[in-house]
Amino acid sequence: MSKVRVLAGTRKGAFILTADGKRENWDVSGPFFAGWEVYHMKGSPVNPDRIYVSQTSGWFGQIVQRSDDGGKTWHAPGGGQQKSPQGWPMGESNRFVYDSVAAPLTTHQWYDGTQHPWEFKRVWHLEPSLTDADAVYAGVEDAAIFHSKDGAHSWQELPGLRGHGTGPNWQPGAGGMCLHTIVLDPDDPQRIYIAISAAGAFRSDDGGASWKPINKGLRSQFLPDQDAEVGHCVHHIAMSPRRPGVLFMQKHWDVMRSDDAGDNWREVSGNLPTDFGFAIDVHAHEPETIYVAPIKSDSEHYPLDGKLQVWRSRTGGNEWEAMTNGLPQENCYVNVLRDAMCVDQLDDCGIYFGTTGGQVYCSPDAGDTWKPIVRDLPAVLSVEVQTLP
Amino acid sequence: MTERLLRIELPHHLRTLAQVGGEVRLAVEDPVTLTRVLDALEARYPVLRGAIRDHDTLKRRPFLRFFVCAEDWSHVSPETLLPEAIAEGREPLMIVGAIAGG
Repeated sequence: MSKVRVLAGTRKGAFILTADGKRENWDVSGPFFAGWEVYHMKGSPVNPDRIYVSQTSGWFGQIVQRSDDGGKTWHAPGGGQQKSPQGWPMGESNRFVYDSVAAPLTTHQWYDGTQHPWEFKRVWHLEPSLTDADAVYAGVEDAAIFHSKDGAHSWQELPGLRGHGTGPNWQPGAGGMCLHTIVLDPDDPQRIYIAISAAGAFRSDDGGASWKPINKGLRSQFLPDQDAEVGHCVHHIAMSPRRPGVLFMQKHWDVMRSDDAGDNWREVSGNLPTDFGFAIDVHAHEPETIYVAPIKSDSEHYPLDGKLQVWRSRTGGNEWEAMTNGLPQENCYVNVLRDAMCVDQLDDCGIYFGTTGGQVYCSPDAGDTWKPIVRDLPAVLSVEVQTLP
Repeated sequence: MTERLLRIELPHHLRTLAQVGGEVRLAVEDPVTLTRVLDALEARYPVLRGAIRDHDTLKRRPFLRFFVCAEDWSHVSPETLLPEAIAEGREPLMIVGAIAGG
């Protein structure tokens, strides 16, 4: 029977939640990296036992670790007591250095409108390659994309993004100027989508060498120029691997859709009670079925009226229904962060999300009913799920 | 050159990261300065590179402090000779995480 392995990153460590295909009885292990903020962990689609994790700390900075046995043991690649054949310490997995040759370190816009130099802070998102277990992308703050070809031993920036030319107009969102979303096209290995708060969405059609903003159709009240090429606060982008090129976006406000790989966007918020939010995802087998977790507003990051709800559209947007069965419908004031929703690949597609209140919920029936897997973890930053044979 | 055997106390999270149980004992050649101690520490435990000081500028991370014989050496030049009590291993060099946050 198939099973699932849920990878939950929290403010104080990582947890691994496993169950068989029924998704009723769960084993919980962790905390791993106890006391560290785990922004994201994700397994390789090529080798599911290879899992990458981003752990970060205000005291000690950024560490990337890796498991090669499905999360039982972890190590920082190149971080042990070992040396290269030349006798030098091996490369370290936590060294993220902006490419100052190909993309000179200029400045970006700061909160007060002045220019501010680029400074590495942390890795927000790790996206393993679809074809090579040793290859993985990292989205970082201050916004840039890095690539490792050696299992996270060493990292190189893909400088074409930051060197694109609009960099001086990028500005941090409330959570920092982070590259938080990386989407790989399974049909076209040269095509990569990324999103930055608050610069917007970008696409590369040449494996990350060059990038173009794809923000046409986005409207952001805080921008003086509604048709600005960059500056939009994109919160997350989701794409069904079954239908690459069709993208769904949860923007600061507005749920958006593109049918042409991001060249043009249109709003599909429809009857949502509020279209502010962070998380969005697509059903594993039904590319027109999408999920969001509406949040009251940009200044009140909790569900409307204290009722935790996932809203589902079976029509690719515009027509939405509230999924509430099993979710708290009073006095609930948690948030669902951008990387904290995911779907499994089982025939009865499972939907998962984590909250800043420490709950991880599972719906084994595509959103119809929900149960908490755990209730009392630290604030959940990210949730990913692996479907295993 | 004389090789000295030093003792270093790391904060809990760095001990976990380096997979060491207690104090680190480290051989460092004279002259024993903070820079040379940290160089030797990072060479032995590469995972600590970037976790105590910046990879490239080698500046101390803001929320870490260095204590030497009960004195705060965080703002002392890292090229300054450490006291004999540290160089001889009678006292540990203490790397301490600031008390901040939750």
